[in-house]
Amino acid sequence: MTSTIPSSVHASVQQPPLLEIDQLSTHFDTISGTVRSVNGVSYSLRAGETLGVVGESGCGKSVTALSIMRLIPMPPGRFAGGAIRYKGVDLLKLSEKEMRKIRGNRISMVFQDPMSSLNPVMTIGVQIAETIMLHQKLGKKEALARATDMLRLVQIAEPERRVNEYPYQLSGGMRQRVMIAMALACNPEVLIADEPTTALDVTIQAQIIELLKNLQAKLGMGVIMITHDLGVVAETCDRVVVMYAGRKVEEASTEELFERPVHPYTRALMASMPAMNAAVEGRLLEIPGIVAASHELARGCAFAGRCSYAVERCRQETPVLMEAAQGHSVACFRWREIAQQAAPQDDLVGAHS
Amino acid sequence: MKPEREYLQAPLLDVRNLKKHYITPGGMFGKPGRVVQAVEDVSFSLAKGETLSLVGESGCGKTTTGKSVLRLIEPTAGSITMDGEELVGLSAEKMRLRRQDMQIIFQDPYASLNPRMRAGDIVAEPMRNFRAKNGGGKESENDKLAWLFSKVGLRPDAMKKYAYEFSGGQRQRLGIARALSLNPKLIVCDEPVSALDVSVQAQVINLLMDLQQEFGIAYLFVAHDLAVVRHISHRVAVMYLGKIVELADRDTLFARPQHPYTQILLSAVPQPNPKVKATRQILRGDPPSPANPPAGCRFHTRCPQAQPVCKEQVPALTVRSDGHLVACHVQ
Repeated sequence: MTSTIPSSVHASVQQPPLLEIDQLSTHFDTISGTVRSVNGVSYSLRAGETLGVVGESGCGKSVTALSIMRLIPMPPGRFAGGAIRYKGVDLLKLSEKEMRKIRGNRISMVFQDPMSSLNPVMTIGVQIAETIMLHQKLGKKEALARATDMLRLVQIAEPERRVNEYPYQLSGGMRQRVMIAMALACNPEVLIADEPTTALDVTIQAQIIELLKNLQAKLGMGVIMITHDLGVVAETCDRVVVMYAGRKVEEASTEELFERPVHPYTRALMASMPAMNAAVEGRLLEIPGIVAASHELARGCAFAGRCSYAVERCRQETPVLMEAAQGHSVACFRWREIAQQAAPQDDLVGAHS
Repeated sequence: MKPEREYLQAPLLDVRNLKKHYITPGGMFGKPGRVVQAVEDVSFSLAKGETLSLVGESGCGKTTTGKSVLRLIEPTAGSITMDGEELVGLSAEKMRLRRQDMQIIFQDPYASLNPRMRAGDIVAEPMRNFRAKNGGGKESENDKLAWLFSKVGLRPDAMKKYAYEFSGGQRQRLGIARALSLNPKLIVCDEPVSALDVSVQAQVINLLMDLQQEFGIAYLFVAHDLAVVRHISHRVAVMYLGKIVELADRDTLFARPQHPYTQILLSAVPQPNPKVKATRQILRGDPPSPANPPAGCRFHTRCPQAQPVCKEQVPALTVRSDGHLVACHVQ
């Protein structure tokens, strides 16, 4: 992290980050212009930590993750700048062959929709074993035995039978467990979970969150949890990055962020959610308008058009990240005034019980 | 909550013992397929201007129930009365006329808008379908259209656009304008906000609540997001494997859930507050298949409080002291 506030200073200076995204820009060239899906984003992940990345559709949270995995289709995509350092090595500079040794092995990913990410004509055992055979040079028999162990690890009942089944024979929750088993099969140091519970029912979501937490405690990998659900963030993450229109707008520890959100977007996001445990009457806070298409973003803060605090300066200049408190950075010119005010959800609905 | 709501008046909609069974495509050699009991013996009523939510997990029958009320899905058995008139068994033409009072908003606003029609035509189509009956010419239609667009917060120039030119939230506004165009008494809202981002979701929820205040429309609100349900509902029915297991006033249900399934469902929702430590019962396993529901209480295979009686007898939905309806032997 060079030009931004190093947000990780508070926790452990001595421990270098496991994964460091430094001023990453991932752009897509389309007929209607260049789409700056990720526009100078920096964040880092330490071993054993869970980092939440929050934002709405199109904010660039998934494109950042796919950039880490080097899974961006090129063209139309391209890396327009920045670096992604895994233990000091810039992943963007690796050849495809070198990258293949890291992808799925040291850094792996769980996707939102388990059905479309599993091969429908291969048994789940073979799909898990494939990864193990490729990266760990094991024979098929050992790899299949390892696959059965992995299914047991993710608490699938009767793993010996399930290992020979096809994806269609499993429920949505079980398929997501298989995806997690596959991602963890080579004991990675970084697990990227992209909306891992969004397609699941709430009781199944609770199972998967519980499973991910237990596995992390057991295996100690760093987790990047990409989600739009602030409830999932509050429950699982140590630190949170909030993204809007391709930029990081706020970063803080989870407790700090929920207690003292200072970016107007973060505050509006929290206040616009209906609350589960407070009787709410009347209207929800609305964020007016919609996200501007990212090839239309001109100068100024991307949120200015929807922001109730916006002033002329916000439309002219793009705010850089400033340190609002130790380990808490925010990209807003008016954060000081905003921080003086009560949390937005207090004004609206009374604090959560 | 609108305290002036009159419980005692005759309900707008009354659903009694609704059943919907599907036969799966048969086995080999002409063997009949299995019967899937998607909705099994569901009863509820809905007052004018009231919101009743149907909640539950995928496959619990909530959407099938919602669509059966409009007979978009033909019920296998049961009775549905709207304003005292029985809908089951009405001829297609009579049912078509009845649907002027009963509209629906779908989950996927894109799939439910014709991509070849302009937004103005999409919203005006219900009025044109019933113009003969409603009277009114082209001018009154145009006035109504302008009024509808402003009601749902779309600019008048949006009438000339096609569906792909709108964002998700705007498309859902179009779907709402279309549903409003015939001044319905009831709108079935089938997961109307679950495809939308949080910030846009709030806009659509506010719009639905404002319209209810203004026009006294009743909503049958089908959703899986319990926070949204808590915000918008007057009463809530919880479904599990085709049956209602609990039905109560919103505040009663969320404050004192009685059925073990409701308790687990509510506790499973992650709280956006890192200081609240989750105290939750994790439900093991997946719901059983509705093609082969467990005997007795359908929840007994996963219920932490199950007793021997639960395996044998189907619990009836009975009234508890606080006016709560619960189907459970134990609670």
